[in-house]
Amino acid sequence: MNDQEKRVLIARRAALELQNGDVVNLGIGIPTMVADYLRAGVEIFLHTENGMLGVGPTPSQDEIDPNLVNAGKLPVSELPGASYFDSATSFSMIRGGHVDVAIMGALQVDEQGNVANWSVPGQDVLGVGGAMDLAAGARRVIVTATHTTKSGAAKIVKKCTLPVTAFGRADTIITELGVFVFRRGRLTLVELAPGVGLPDVRCRTEADFEVAEPLLPMAI
Amino acid sequence: MAESVIGTEILKNLCGDPQRFFYSKLELILPKQGRSVSAGRDPVFGGVDLNKIVDADTAVQGIKDGAVVMVGGFGLVGGPLGLVDALIRKGVKDLTIISNNLGEPGRGLGRLLLSNQVRRAIGSYFTSNPDVIRYHREGRLEVTVLPQGTFAEAIRAGGAGIPAFFTPTAMGTALTVDKEVRRFGELDCVLEEGLRADVALVKANKADTLGNLTYYKTARNFNPVMATAADLVIAEVDELVDVGELSPEAIVTPHLYVDRLVLGGKR
Repeated sequence: MNDQEKRVLIARRAALELQNGDVVNLGIGIPTMVADYLRAGVEIFLHTENGMLGVGPTPSQDEIDPNLVNAGKLPVSELPGASYFDSATSFSMIRGGHVDVAIMGALQVDEQGNVANWSVPGQDVLGVGGAMDLAAGARRVIVTATHTTKSGAAKIVKKCTLPVTAFGRADTIITELGVFVFRRGRLTLVELAPGVGLPDVRCRTEADFEVAEPLLPMAI
Repeated sequence: MAESVIGTEILKNLCGDPQRFFYSKLELILPKQGRSVSAGRDPVFGGVDLNKIVDADTAVQGIKDGAVVMVGGFGLVGGPLGLVDALIRKGVKDLTIISNNLGEPGRGLGRLLLSNQVRRAIGSYFTSNPDVIRYHREGRLEVTVLPQGTFAEAIRAGGAGIPAFFTPTAMGTALTVDKEVRRFGELDCVLEEGLRADVALVKANKADTLGNLTYYKTARNFNPVMATAADLVIAEVDELVDVGELSPEAIVTPHLYVDRLVLGGKR
């Protein structure tokens, strides 16, 4: 599987987590792709932290409005029922538990559900954006990431070594190898991707994890 | 009560019936630059100044070296770029800029940085402008990074007379080292201080001549909260209309927050 195929698989699986009527905030990268793979009959409301609920798809070139962008500063469109609000209100929604699901990327996630996704060591730490607010405030945090880094290092680790974004906030982790959830506080593998064996996951995961009984094939 | 009566008296003396002033046509008001008549007390020019409509260079008069300046916008979207240009022409130095970002390389606040007028930046995301990283490395720019929601709430609090607040965001992370912590129920929270500024430069879509503001789509972002949190608030707007033309239900920033209005170029 090439990198793009992995990303599509992860996005498709993450889309299945969303329920009809959910208010969802999507991070940059794989999370953004999730909106393209919603199940039929599932309507969600996309929230973007720069002040909009009801974000629509990327507009065509001649429909781009430079004053209508998402948190990645990319042009978006407006769906019927959309609303705009200031940044303080937007983060009141996030912190106040009014956003049902945040889907975000991660550089590392650990056995305690700690998420690290805002800062890489050796680089100047001059930006966090809304990552910490979303990780701390969303009712449910789904982490989507390729299972390992480009150099093959595990992203699901015993303990985050990178600066943490929020402690104990990950609920679900979806990679191209499988799906993990936190069950009774324990990191638990619940689904395996097609063609992937448990040993594959073990050797590419640094964290200790339980294996669910039954261990299901990844729903896609 | 007493003050509003006095204000009415002054209005009558200055321009006859105050109602007539407020309903007068825009073209009658526009030529009066700077110091004519206004509904509020101008914090810099002082006294009673009934016309808030000025050009950009007049608007930034009184901003001194070392001033703390809030600037609206998310990246360049919703940024008061005409007012930033006026700050550059004015050449004030050692500014502390409170803004989510510092523009883009050579654009918006990124230009102000390159003209060496910014000493300190407070915001949430500066990584998108490599010039910020370079200036910071070279020791020419002090940077304070706050989580975006904490940043927005700090401005809201500053404008609402709340000196500080507890929030769970960033608890235990590198961004809250040395900050006071308190536990509320099961939740550990950090104490964050409200933010205020000497001046706020905001961008709105429409203003009436009183200074009531409406915004456009995601260009709203930080502008409404920043308009509440500075001693002098200058709004750059796309369109000026007469009082009464904006639906009272649509006004996001009531005029009491706004000291000066500048008609900007296109969005």
